[in-house]
Amino acid sequence: MTLVMLFWSFFQIGLLSIGGGYAAMPVIQHQIVDLHGWLSLPEFADVITISQMTPGPIAINSATFVGLRVAGLSGAVVATLGCVLPSFAIVLALAVLYYRFRSLRLMQGILQGMRPAVVALIASAGWTLLVLDFWKGRPISFRLPSIDFVSVGLFLIALALLRWKKPNPVLIMAGSGIAGLVAYLLTGTS
Amino acid sequence: MKNRTPRPDRGWAFYGRLFAATFELSAFTFGGGFVIIPLMRKKFVEKFHWIEDREMMDLTAIAQSSPGAVAVNASILVGYRLAGLRGAYVSVLGTVLPPLVTLTLVSLFYDQFRDSRIVSFVLKGMQAAVVAVVLDVVYVLAKGIVKQRELISILLGALSFVATAVFHFNVVLILLACGLVGTGMTLTGHVPHDVEEVP
Repeated sequence: MTLVMLFWSFFQIGLLSIGGGYAAMPVIQHQIVDLHGWLSLPEFADVITISQMTPGPIAINSATFVGLRVAGLSGAVVATLGCVLPSFAIVLALAVLYYRFRSLRLMQGILQGMRPAVVALIASAGWTLLVLDFWKGRPISFRLPSIDFVSVGLFLIALALLRWKKPNPVLIMAGSGIAGLVAYLLTGTS
Repeated sequence: MKNRTPRPDRGWAFYGRLFAATFELSAFTFGGGFVIIPLMRKKFVEKFHWIEDREMMDLTAIAQSSPGAVAVNASILVGYRLAGLRGAYVSVLGTVLPPLVTLTLVSLFYDQFRDSRIVSFVLKGMQAAVVAVVLDVVYVLAKGIVKQRELISILLGALSFVATAVFHFNVVLILLACGLVGTGMTLTGHVPHDVEEVP
């Protein structure tokens, strides 16, 4: 019974969280904290923190965390499945429409208009992360002590390597993680 | 007009590569769903040449305007594009497993993990590189759009950026609005006809 409830709850989360990421947070909170009481509010905040520190979407992460808590490993699997299923159905339906109609002029027009917006959305995500990294989440200011120079330096080196050497980005990220550990330990910032 | 992108050979080796690729991408998707898009582009467009740039952007638009996590949606689309339903299953599995495994491990050692300075330093270092990866891809994609010399497209891009980055408008609304403007462009004959056909 618990497994069915978990599945249904995360099915709704998957269905209702349009726009991904932080747009999903209120929906998840409503289901997990308010409705079922599977996690307390501080525990839910912990899940958000973990999600920021580990790979993967918040919805999938909380599905795993809550599922484990409530019903062990099978709970985690069932909750994740419930979370992914609505996406699967809707996205595939749209994909079929896209490949059937994309040579139509009207469809071409719609997509032509959407492409610059997609680039802008990626740019916006990049900008948000850049501000978060360089100013440690504080308001932007150009006074020197407020800027995280380790982060700025790592960013510039990574960008230069990506532009000129075209390596696997995952290698750059791993290298930057190690360099960051050394640099932050040496400078003693937290 | 048949110059569709090459379809890879769909044997066991192919599914293995697809799984390995999505698993690796998902394992390094820190900082929100959109980070996986640049990584996917690097892998599937630049390295494997399985998908074209323009198609990848269309799939991103679909992924973003559908319910659910962008990373999951995008990998369903890429898997489906490359090998139909079976491809979609394989890439979703590859995308979902890394967070499932990491969260299971982390929840066992949660207190130590949250308070570890070492962990937070490594993560901060990695985040700087994530920003570089994202902006590198933005540069490549934006250059492609500017090269088309279509003033409306450039304006749409600039306005969308301000709308999300400064005013935090709803992304789905922005995509819909741009789609509407695109429809208007078609009616005035602004859309190029050099589109490849896909069976």
